[in-house]
Amino acid sequence: MSRSEMVRIERHLNRRKVADFLFAMVGLLCLLFALLTLLALMYDLARTGVPRLSLDFLASFPSRFADRSGILSAWVGTLCVMAVTAVAVIPVGVAAGVYLEEYAPKNALTAIIELNIINLAAIPSITFGLMALGLFVYEFGFGQSILTAGLTLGLLVLPIVIVTTREAIRAIPNTIREAAYAVGASKWQVVQHHIVPYSAGGILTGIIISLSRAIGETAPLITIGALTFIAFLPTPPVSGDAPYVSFQWLMDPFTVMPIQMFNWVSRPQPEFHVNAAATGVILLAMTLVMNGAAIYIRYRFRKRVKW
Amino acid sequence: MIQKPLVLIATLSVLMFAGAPARAQTRPTVKIDGSSTVFPITEAVAEEFQNEQRGKVRVTVGISGTGGGFKKFCRGEIDVQNASRPIQKSEMEACRSAGVKYYELPVAYDATVIVTHPSNDWLSEITVEQLGKMWAPEAQGKVVKWSQVNPKWPNAELKLFGAGSDSGTFDYFTEAVNGKPKASRGDYTASEDDNMLVQGVSGTKGSLGYMPYSYYEENKSRLKLVPVVGGPKSPLKGKAVAPSRQTVEDGTYHPLSRPIFIYVSEAAAKRPEVMSFAAFYLKNGAKLAEAVKYVPLPAKAYELAQGHLKKGKLGSAFGGHSEVGLKIEDLLKREAKL
Repeated sequence: MSRSEMVRIERHLNRRKVADFLFAMVGLLCLLFALLTLLALMYDLARTGVPRLSLDFLASFPSRFADRSGILSAWVGTLCVMAVTAVAVIPVGVAAGVYLEEYAPKNALTAIIELNIINLAAIPSITFGLMALGLFVYEFGFGQSILTAGLTLGLLVLPIVIVTTREAIRAIPNTIREAAYAVGASKWQVVQHHIVPYSAGGILTGIIISLSRAIGETAPLITIGALTFIAFLPTPPVSGDAPYVSFQWLMDPFTVMPIQMFNWVSRPQPEFHVNAAATGVILLAMTLVMNGAAIYIRYRFRKRVKW
Repeated sequence: MIQKPLVLIATLSVLMFAGAPARAQTRPTVKIDGSSTVFPITEAVAEEFQNEQRGKVRVTVGISGTGGGFKKFCRGEIDVQNASRPIQKSEMEACRSAGVKYYELPVAYDATVIVTHPSNDWLSEITVEQLGKMWAPEAQGKVVKWSQVNPKWPNAELKLFGAGSDSGTFDYFTEAVNGKPKASRGDYTASEDDNMLVQGVSGTKGSLGYMPYSYYEENKSRLKLVPVVGGPKSPLKGKAVAPSRQTVEDGTYHPLSRPIFIYVSEAAAKRPEVMSFAAFYLKNGAKLAEAVKYVPLPAKAYELAQGHLKKGKLGSAFGGHSEVGLKIEDLLKREAKL
């Protein structure tokens, strides 16, 4: 190899190294930009909102006096709606995912269904609100209730649960299924004893992530007629009189934290903007805790299942 | 290991939906919806009313906008409607065909203010005609400099900020200034959120904007108020008037102030909780409207409205459209004629 050839190769190599370095830098900058924006937003929210946080803020109803206002009805409403969403979406979403992955024949119809589920996940949330207004509020007569809101958000996140369930199931090696069939297990037995338990981590992660998306939704709830001022709590589910358990709360009117926040942000008084920021901090904390739980569950299940 | 939670969830869901159809109302509830402009007053009244009733009555207030609220009201879904303008012809029709009759109760006055950047030292007043020149649909893309509106004003860029088209303020301002509701140029910074307008006007040199009075009140230090010279129908012809409680009350802040209302369904008012809520509203409306930075009506207006409620006088004092620059005395006369 001649010397000039060596120089040429070296130059070529250097050029590639520079390109490599440049891309790494650009990528890092993009990442930093996204992270810093997020951090700045969170910092700003926390700086305004955290000093306002107190037990009183969590235990008071909204009021015309900013300093006496609280988010009691909002966070209780959010929790109730989330409970309905979870109960509605978990059985349906997981069952649909299991069916599509384990039972459904691989044909054109299944392909169309799969495609539509992915499309559903991309539909703007307000569309679900309009559909729910026609179906749940008027057709079924559920009214502007916690039940309606929970079912609406349930439908909204259903595609996410189905898709993540399928992803989780797909990660199970086929050998497991084959081994189970080999000892004479039926399809349901395979699903019950192997598929669902082994993919539980992934499924739970998907459920929690979908709920943490639902918790911040405002548009569909405003469409179905969620209220803005509520200074009472839903009917308690347990009472001292027979029959002791009441489901009246499902039909009660409600408000949720994002709506309360939105209302306060649009007030002229700056004190209400502080309340909105404090509500935002709590909402952010709830989402972070949920996402943290998702990561933890994934980690634990991954450690437990070995194949 | 996952089976137990699955069974639990299944049982729970069956229980929940089995229990759902039981719709017995445990506590009487007053359902209110409608305009976001009236919301702060109604919220204050609802808060006080529930305190007074010690939780025996529940009150819910939503914000669907005046138009959206009337739709629900005429379907009989709500008991009380917050309205930042009188009921319109089409809404009267809808209510009539559904058999919904109503009491119209004016509860306060709302004023729209004209504001500019605080550094603006040459704009001390503006006439309604000049506002019309700026905001007319024909001005779109053409009127872009202050000097085009008035040659005495500097040759500086004119930057406009105003309410979005879903807002009651937009309907009223366009009618007062351009003669037709919703007739406005479209090339201005529009927002449904008035705080955005405050930020826009206070952060842009050469800005001019309109917004509800309460937003100016809270941001006085960042905005410059521009007194308005009313048109030929104005009581003080040719004189610039700044909005204040007094000028709104005596009708000299013309034409940018308007009455706001609640409508109470007649059928709902037969329920004691709705009737007592409406009476409570009229009794405490003045005090609470002032507390949330609105201009209350004179005591006589609330008395008149109380009378309508007691004597069962239904219907609207307006012919299905809002009237620009209606003075309080005129409003009283109209309401008295009902």
